[in-house]
Amino acid sequence: MENPAIYFKGLFSRVLRTSEPVAAGVHEKTVHYSKPASPFAIIVKKEIGDLVRSWRFIVLLALIALTFLASIYVSLTNIKPGAEPERFLLYLKILTTTDGSLPSFHIFMSFLGAILGIGLGFDAVNSEQQNGTLIRLLAQPIYRDNFLLAKFISPLIVITTLFLSLGLLMIGGGLLITGVMIELVEILRIISFILLTVLYVAFWLSLSIMLSVKFKQATTSALTAIGIWLFFTIFYKIVVNMIVKAFLPDPAFLLQEDILYYNNLILDLLRVSPGQLYADATTVLLMPAVRSLGPLTMEQMAGAIPTPLSFRESVLIVWPQLSGLFAATTVCFALSYYWFMRREIRS
Amino acid sequence: MENPVIELIGLTKLYGSLKAVDNLDLSIGRGEIYGLLGPNGAGKTTTILMMLGLTEPSAGSVTVCGFNATSNPVAVKRKVGYMPDNMGFYDGLNALDNLVYIARLNGIPESKVRDRARELMEMVGLENAMHKKAGTYSRGMKQRLGLAEVLIKQPEVIILDEPTNGIDPGGVKEFLTLIRQLSRQQHITVLLSSHHLNQVQQVCDRVGIFVEGRLLANDHISRLSTEVASRESQVVTVSFGGAPQLSEVHTQALMNTEGVKAVELSGNSIEITGAPGLTPSYVRFFVAHGFDITGVHQKEYNLEDVYQRYFENISTEKETNGKSGNIFQRSFFKGIKN
Repeated sequence: MENPAIYFKGLFSRVLRTSEPVAAGVHEKTVHYSKPASPFAIIVKKEIGDLVRSWRFIVLLALIALTFLASIYVSLTNIKPGAEPERFLLYLKILTTTDGSLPSFHIFMSFLGAILGIGLGFDAVNSEQQNGTLIRLLAQPIYRDNFLLAKFISPLIVITTLFLSLGLLMIGGGLLITGVMIELVEILRIISFILLTVLYVAFWLSLSIMLSVKFKQATTSALTAIGIWLFFTIFYKIVVNMIVKAFLPDPAFLLQEDILYYNNLILDLLRVSPGQLYADATTVLLMPAVRSLGPLTMEQMAGAIPTPLSFRESVLIVWPQLSGLFAATTVCFALSYYWFMRREIRS
Repeated sequence: MENPVIELIGLTKLYGSLKAVDNLDLSIGRGEIYGLLGPNGAGKTTTILMMLGLTEPSAGSVTVCGFNATSNPVAVKRKVGYMPDNMGFYDGLNALDNLVYIARLNGIPESKVRDRARELMEMVGLENAMHKKAGTYSRGMKQRLGLAEVLIKQPEVIILDEPTNGIDPGGVKEFLTLIRQLSRQQHITVLLSSHHLNQVQQVCDRVGIFVEGRLLANDHISRLSTEVASRESQVVTVSFGGAPQLSEVHTQALMNTEGVKAVELSGNSIEITGAPGLTPSYVRFFVAHGFDITGVHQKEYNLEDVYQRYFENISTEKETNGKSGNIFQRSFFKGIKN
C-alpha cells in the first residue's frame, strides 16, 4: 500500500473541490454524472462471458452438437420420398426421421434439454454464496431480483443462440446439399420447435436455480435436480402404470367411451411430466400429419381429410402443452424469487 | 450526537430463540472511526448485515446516511463500501476485471472505469499483480483488492468486517494507517469490527464492546481505560533477589493492610491485588521487613484489560490473540521460577 496521496489525485477531486464535507445530495450527483449501463445489463454481460468461457458449457455444447449431427446423419440416410412429393417437407423430415438405431433429435432433446438446463443452473446461486462473491455483489447498489433474473436470462440467451445457430446451420446445410427449397411453413415450424426447446430448457434451468437457492451446497442441488429429472423420465411412467393397474377397471369389460375416457385420464397423468409435455408438443409441431395427442374415436375421424395440419392448427393443439411448460417455469422462478429476496446473505 | 451517519435504534435480531443482537442502540457521527469489538459469535457481523439491508432486523431500525437500511437498502449501498469477512472474487477473471465489474455496478462511467480501477490497484500496491487471476491471490492480496473495491465507489461510509484477518503485522499497520488517513482527510465514517484489540486500539476514536448481542461499553478508549482502572483493583508484582523467606505472618500482615484483596506467592515474586495507589506502602512494608526488592511492577490498564474484564464472565471461545498478554506473563513467571 503506497502513499494515499495518489489515491486522492483525481479520484476524490470532485469531493475535494467542495473543500468541506459534502452534503448527501451533492455526492449523489458526483456519482451519476453520466448515464451508465443498468446493473442488470452489466450482470448479464458478465454472466454470459463467464458462461461461454466455462468448460461446463463447452462440454454441454459438444454433447448437443454431437447429438444433433448424429441424428441428422441417421435421418439423412433414411429419408425416402413419400406418397405426396409436393407435401414432402424435407427439413421437418430431417429433424424427425429415424431408423430406430438412434432416437430422433427432438426425442433426444427431451432429456438432453433437461441436462442442459440443470447443468447451467444447478450452482447459480449457492456457488456464489460459497465463494463469498454473492455478499460482495449484493453489497453493491443493485436489486436482488436483478441478480436472480440475470442468472436466469443469461443462460437462456446463450442457449437460444445455440439452438438458433444449430437450426439455421441445418437449414443452410440442407439447402446446399439437396437444393430443395424450404417452405415458409417449415421455417415457422422449425423456429417454433427451437423456441419450444428453449422454453423446455428454461423450465429445467429455473428448477435448478430454485434448488440452488434452496440448498447451500452445489452438489446437493445438482443431485436433487438430477433426481427430479430421473423421476420424471423413468419412474414416473412406472408409477402411473402401477396406479392405473391397481385402480382402473379391466378394459376388456368396458364400453368404448369409457376406454377413451380412461385413456385420456392416463395421458393427462403422464403429462404432469415436463418431458412428456415437450415430447408431445414437438411431435405435433414437427409432424404436421399428427392430428391429435390423444386417442380419437371413429366419429371424430369420420369425414377428416388426410392432409397435414396447417401451422396454426398444430400450434392450437400444443397450446396447452406450451402453457403448462410456461406455467411450471414461472412457478419455479417465483419460488426461487420468494426464497431469495428476503433471505440472509452470509458467506 | 447531531446528524449521526449511522444510527441504530432498539435493533434486535432473533434466530429462533437465540438473540443474536439484543436491543442495540448506537450512533456514529461523520468522520468517526468506530471499532466494534467482540468475540466470535457476539453478533458483530449480524449487526453489520442489518446496516446494509442484507438481513432484516426482528425489531428496531437502522438508519445509514439518512436512509432506512431495511426498506431502502440500495440507497444505503450507494454510500457504503462494505468489505466482508471471508470475501471471495471471481476466480476466473483477473483482479482488474473483478474490480472493473464492481465499478460498473456502481455506475462509474465506462470511459473512466479502467483508469480508475488501475489507479486504485496501484494505490493498494497490487499494480504488478493486476492481470493475474484472482484465484491465484493470497489472502492478504485479496484483502487489498477488497479495499480497492470498497474505495472505488467513493463511499461516505466504510464498513470493514474483520479487516485485519489474515494479513501480516506489517500489512495490518499499513492498512489501518491508510484507513485512518482516508477517514481524516475525506471525513469518511469508518466502522470496523474486530476481535484483535491492539489493532483496534491504534486507529479507533471510539470502541464498542459487544458481547452476546449487547453493547457492554461504548466510549473513547482512554475513558474506558480510566473507568476500568478506577473500578478495578490494581495488581502489583514485587520480585525479590533470592527466594524470599516469606511466612504466613507476612502474608497475613499484608492481607490486613487496608484495601488489599489477595496475595499470591510464586517463586521469587509476590503478586498483590488491591486498591489502586497502594504500591508505595507495599514497598515500604517489604523494606521494613528486610527483603531485597529487585523489581516492582505495577500493572497498567490498557484496552486489553478492559476487553478482558468484559470477557471474563463469558464462556465463549477464547481468542488467543486477545489474551496474548496473559500468556506472555505466565511464561515469563515460569522462566523466573526455573
